[in-house]
Amino acid sequence: MIVALILLLLVLGSVIFHLVSPWWWTPIASNWAYIDSTLVVTFWITGIVFAAVVLFLAYCVYRFRHQPGRKADYEPENKRLEVWLTVATSIGVAAMLAPGLIVWKQFVTVPSEATEVEVVGQQWSWSYRLPGADGKLGASGVNWISADNPLGVSPHDSNGADDVIVEGGDLHLPIGKPVKVVLRSVDVLHDFYVPEFRAKMDMVPGTVTYFWFTPIRTGEFEVLCAELCGTGHAFMRSYVQVQEQAEYDAWLGEQVTFASLQRPRPVRVAAEP
Amino acid sequence: MANVSDRPDAGIPPAEVPDLPLPHPHTWWGRYVFSQDAKYIAIQYSGTAIAIGLVGLVLSWLMRLQLGFPGIFDFITPEAYYQFITMHGMIMVIYLLTAIFLGGFGNYLIPLMVGARDMVFPFVNMLSYWIYLLAVLVLVASFFVPGGPTGAGWTLYPPQAILSGTPGGQGAGIILMLVSLILFIIGFTMGGLNYVVTVLQARTRGMTLMRMPLTVWGIFTATVMALLAFPALFVACVMMLFDRLLGTSFFMPALVELGETLSYGGGSPIVFQHLFWFFGHPEVYIVALPAFGIVSDLISVHARKNIFGYRMMVWAIVIIGALSFIVWAHHMYVSGMHPYFGFFFATTTLIIAVPTAIKVYNWVLTLWKGDIHLTLPMLFAIAFIVTFANGGLTGLFLGNVVVDVPLSDTMFVVAHFHMVMGVAPILVIFGAIYHWYPKMTGRMLNEAMGQIHFWVTFIGAYAIFFPMHYVGLVGVPRRYPEIDASFITTPVAGLNAFISVAALVVGAAQVLFLFNLLWSLRAGRAAGPNPWRACSLEWQTPDTPPVHGNWGKDLPVVYRWAYDYSVPGAPEDFIAQNDPGPRIEKDVPL
Repeated sequence: MIVALILLLLVLGSVIFHLVSPWWWTPIASNWAYIDSTLVVTFWITGIVFAAVVLFLAYCVYRFRHQPGRKADYEPENKRLEVWLTVATSIGVAAMLAPGLIVWKQFVTVPSEATEVEVVGQQWSWSYRLPGADGKLGASGVNWISADNPLGVSPHDSNGADDVIVEGGDLHLPIGKPVKVVLRSVDVLHDFYVPEFRAKMDMVPGTVTYFWFTPIRTGEFEVLCAELCGTGHAFMRSYVQVQEQAEYDAWLGEQVTFASLQRPRPVRVAAEP
Repeated sequence: MANVSDRPDAGIPPAEVPDLPLPHPHTWWGRYVFSQDAKYIAIQYSGTAIAIGLVGLVLSWLMRLQLGFPGIFDFITPEAYYQFITMHGMIMVIYLLTAIFLGGFGNYLIPLMVGARDMVFPFVNMLSYWIYLLAVLVLVASFFVPGGPTGAGWTLYPPQAILSGTPGGQGAGIILMLVSLILFIIGFTMGGLNYVVTVLQARTRGMTLMRMPLTVWGIFTATVMALLAFPALFVACVMMLFDRLLGTSFFMPALVELGETLSYGGGSPIVFQHLFWFFGHPEVYIVALPAFGIVSDLISVHARKNIFGYRMMVWAIVIIGALSFIVWAHHMYVSGMHPYFGFFFATTTLIIAVPTAIKVYNWVLTLWKGDIHLTLPMLFAIAFIVTFANGGLTGLFLGNVVVDVPLSDTMFVVAHFHMVMGVAPILVIFGAIYHWYPKMTGRMLNEAMGQIHFWVTFIGAYAIFFPMHYVGLVGVPRRYPEIDASFITTPVAGLNAFISVAALVVGAAQVLFLFNLLWSLRAGRAAGPNPWRACSLEWQTPDTPPVHGNWGKDLPVVYRWAYDYSVPGAPEDFIAQNDPGPRIEKDVPL
């Protein structure tokens, strides 16, 4: 009796917590509203199944609890019921999988008009590289990393000369333009994670990964690292500033290019003592 | 009609392995320390697993103190926090859950339930335990070396696991971790081969495979899986050890660490992840399948009703075991592997939900029209169904590739896997201990202490992990010693403090359980040979606790499956497996 009651309260408590709890995802700032809707569909289907299973369990515990004289039924199998349950479950699973795979297809298909933006992770900071006027990022590799070339842009690739390098600052993006985020790491695994964008992807040293999204509202969004990368993991932060095109262009004009970082600087000779 | 004999076992073929003499001990050391009796080895395994599990429990308290009350405990630095989570995870998954289900319950129950005198290779079985103990000691040693244990996370992803930015990465911590895992796998393989061969070869007369209790099916299938999955972890550990000690580059690409170019080059960190999860996903079911099997038996015995859909249950165990080898990359949707893998692994992952759901239905349907005795084992079984259903269903979020993208690497994942492979299997372990303790000791565990233990553990664990999903839904990443970020519009600090208090209380309740285990050894009510009036063979031994050799002079002969409860027309509400008894009209064609 008490057991059944507590199971009932547990279901009620869970449903109420879900409905009234103030803890919910952060307002979306990218085109991936489809991900949110798939998640909501999944919540409904799984929530109904959970409530049904536990309430049925509670009913059984109450109705068939041991009492003097009670004898259990003897029914080893019931083919019809078992087949029926299997089919119903398969339909429920398909109802979640199908929209999931359709949205995944969109997630992995980068639109051809997307601009490439590179994010480079290292223990424990973020850097960014944007293509210059040519719209192309130059080749890169850890072998070229030096004090003058923190991101390891290849000095031999002419596409790299006009690349804009942002070291330690924020990443700015124009609103409404699809972006292909190209991800590199120079040391260990990191993960470029902006909760409002929903999308995230690991950054793996030795290879280049990517994902794409379109920012849909202006503002400042915090970047976190979502893949354990050592003791500074939780403190590896940065910001993405999503701006109107004009503001963005103004910001872009103030940035340094790879070529200007490489330009030979005059050697200063110390004065004779 | 010419050949009808009076003997009831006339139609049953002889056993495959004849009754062989056992290596009886002649010295105190042979009897109590280097015992070759599977039941004794089981208790050694379980005792060691529970002892190291207590270390894991204390580590979880420490990390919850930090998460619930950040900034108050100065000694919990980020380094220490990462060491706590790493060791907590590894201890709980490998050294507690895997060891207690297979080394503990496997050793105790397999020979008894299939009607054997012992495991087929008793000496190797003994070695298995001692190598396991060595693995645990090496693991514990890493707490005492300079730099402390590794803080790489239980997944030990390179390159960070062996670099200086991670605690223990350039010290002895990671080396001892890898050596300990290698030892564990060697020890487990010795035990595992034993369990498999014993089930296949040493079953008594009449014990066909389709008459075995589901406990044996669960442990057997899990052991076969472990024998196939652990080698992947083994090679991954050896290769990482080479990368760390010999400067090879299996998992190490060219990289620049804090401005310094290292001499590595050409390796792939993602290959490690594939190896790790090729082991790691089956590992989930290596823990879950024994729990599935045991809980089926607990429900059946205490509801006085045969398990519903026995054959379906067996096939579900086997199918889940097989499918679990082709779903591993659902742990890697955002790892940077080719995105098209997502289609395949999401599909296989959601398919595995179907046989799993069938198991849940069959447990609940076993209760339908049962005669439910709300004993402690039954209470834990009910709690298992609730937590497993909850944790299994959130798996559908994370398995469905695109839904996983926002949730992966957040506290939602932590909540999910704790509910499904932490809380649920541990509830089964408790239920199983309350169920079989009378056979192991001859005494019942104290009921009042058991009730307190049950309610605090069940409600408390649910209160820890259900709200934790919502911390993840907000977007809080896992493996953060504290969270302070602009995206959090509703602070999670209060929720985190609540979860931490619940965790401390649930942990404390386990002390009561351990006290009960010791107290009842002397003061518990005498149990008799078959206190639950169960059908399966382990309750039919001539001695309680069973002596070395289990069965006295003659091995038992099996006439029926393990679930003849409440058979219409039978004088009692159960018929033991070795009872030639009445013929049953509505029998299952087994």
